[in-house]
Amino acid sequence: MSVQGKLTLLCDAKTDGSFLVHHFLSFYLKANCKVCLVALIQSFSHYNIVGQKLGVSLTAARERGQLVVLEGLKSGVDVFFRPREEPHPLQFLREANAGDLQPLYAFVRDALQPVDSGEAAWRCPVLLVDDLSVLLSLGVGPVAVLDFVHYCRATVCQEWKGNVVCLVHDSGDTEDEESDVLLNGLSHQSHLILRAEGLATGFCKDVHGQLRILWRRPLQPTTHRDRSLTYQYKIQDKSVSFFAKGMSPAVL
Amino acid sequence: MAGPERPPPPRDSVEWEGRSLLKALVKKSALRGEQVHVLGCEVSEEEFREGFDSNINSRLVYHDLFRDPLSWSKPGKALPGGPLEALRALDKRTVSGPATIALDSLSWLLHHLPCPTLCQTLHALSRQDSCPGDTPPGEQVRVLGLLHEELHGPGPLGALSSLAQTEVTLSGMMGQASAQILCRRPRQRPTHQTQWFSILPDFSLELQAEPPLESQPRSDPHTPSVDPTTHLTFNLHLSKKEREAKDSLTLPFQFSSEKQQALLRPGLGQATSHIFYEPDAYDDLDQEDPDDDLDV
Repeated sequence: MSVQGKLTLLCDAKTDGSFLVHHFLSFYLKANCKVCLVALIQSFSHYNIVGQKLGVSLTAARERGQLVVLEGLKSGVDVFFRPREEPHPLQFLREANAGDLQPLYAFVRDALQPVDSGEAAWRCPVLLVDDLSVLLSLGVGPVAVLDFVHYCRATVCQEWKGNVVCLVHDSGDTEDEESDVLLNGLSHQSHLILRAEGLATGFCKDVHGQLRILWRRPLQPTTHRDRSLTYQYKIQDKSVSFFAKGMSPAVL
Repeated sequence: MAGPERPPPPRDSVEWEGRSLLKALVKKSALRGEQVHVLGCEVSEEEFREGFDSNINSRLVYHDLFRDPLSWSKPGKALPGGPLEALRALDKRTVSGPATIALDSLSWLLHHLPCPTLCQTLHALSRQDSCPGDTPPGEQVRVLGLLHEELHGPGPLGALSSLAQTEVTLSGMMGQASAQILCRRPRQRPTHQTQWFSILPDFSLELQAEPPLESQPRSDPHTPSVDPTTHLTFNLHLSKKEREAKDSLTLPFQFSSEKQQALLRPGLGQATSHIFYEPDAYDDLDQEDPDDDLDV
């Protein structure tokens, strides 16, 4: 696998970019990586159902220890029924002022820590977060979220040569300062940005949106490198088809 | 670029990243024989040193605030005292000889330290308290700070700007990077300059002339621009005569002085209109006024 030690930022604007999360989840599981999924938006069964269409069984992966899932919707409620002393990854939900995400980072670190003993050797560790914007809605400040991603990058990417993939939403025209700081801060930290945008002209049956791929922090600074590409896409039942702008089979 | 004593923050944005320029400036300082201290908050030491040869790397001291800046790791890998102490410690390290301090990045520091504290520390770092006469020229400290413009409001940006002697804002056009350089010298007017540049793979800085004006900004070089009016079945163009006639036409509702005169003096030189009527056999031409027999 050529891409290692990288932070990939998935971003969506005026559309739903979660298909990218499902893609990366099935991609890394098929590539035999150890995956930690911080699922704050959907239930485990949702990811499982979509994963099955893409050819992976999340249940089986979880049973064999390849996949660790933090189900935010379920464990978010647990926080309130546990004794205070026990640390919980979503501890910030209980605090009066949200503070930092150190417990969540500790959860990720413990989940992906390479183990020397006996276990089947997985390829590089991968962290998938779906998604980071919801943390802002839950009261965490943008700098705290950036710090969490920083630490994940330092540990998973830099130390363990794994990959981190996070989804964040672009609030667009709505003047959400916190969301903008989060998105821009993450963009500066990322090596690769995949941006799914709705079409400017509105909803279309045959072209669901366009995907902009932006390489940031190239290792070699060059001026002539093609730094960004744009494709349009259509999401189908079991796959996504990509084509160059204006070249959808439906309009040719 | 001339060496200022106060921190010049290269301001970058997501599209035009500034770390390459920071590294190029660090390389220049190192090649001049200066010692360079880098306070690294955003990238690992390995990544920052990448691309530099051993000569430059030997002059570069990397203070690692990347691995564990907030002391979250159990066996603490953090620099003692956290970010503020790490920043203040830089002041004590650069006692002998000219030196450059590179802050990567000011944005990270601004997010984790109160703005006034950061500004005071930067002020102390660039030795503004001492009179210029006291500090021998060999001991000047150059401070470079990388700032991500979109992450901060106008207040902190303004505060940092006021500390800086030189501000470099990065942008570009068609894959070519440019720097807007604002230079403030004491008792002089600020000077503004735009410099196009590129950074080579070994982080050497190459200054370039402005790209030619004929090239359109933001056009994709791979697709030729198409004129949409070429294959139409109707004519959208005006010939020169038609254009002149159109321009000299007065619109009916525009009330000019000529029109006003014409209305006030009707009949002078005005062509009167005629009606030509040819009666046929069945017409009854009665010259009497039909209203005559009205008894009004």
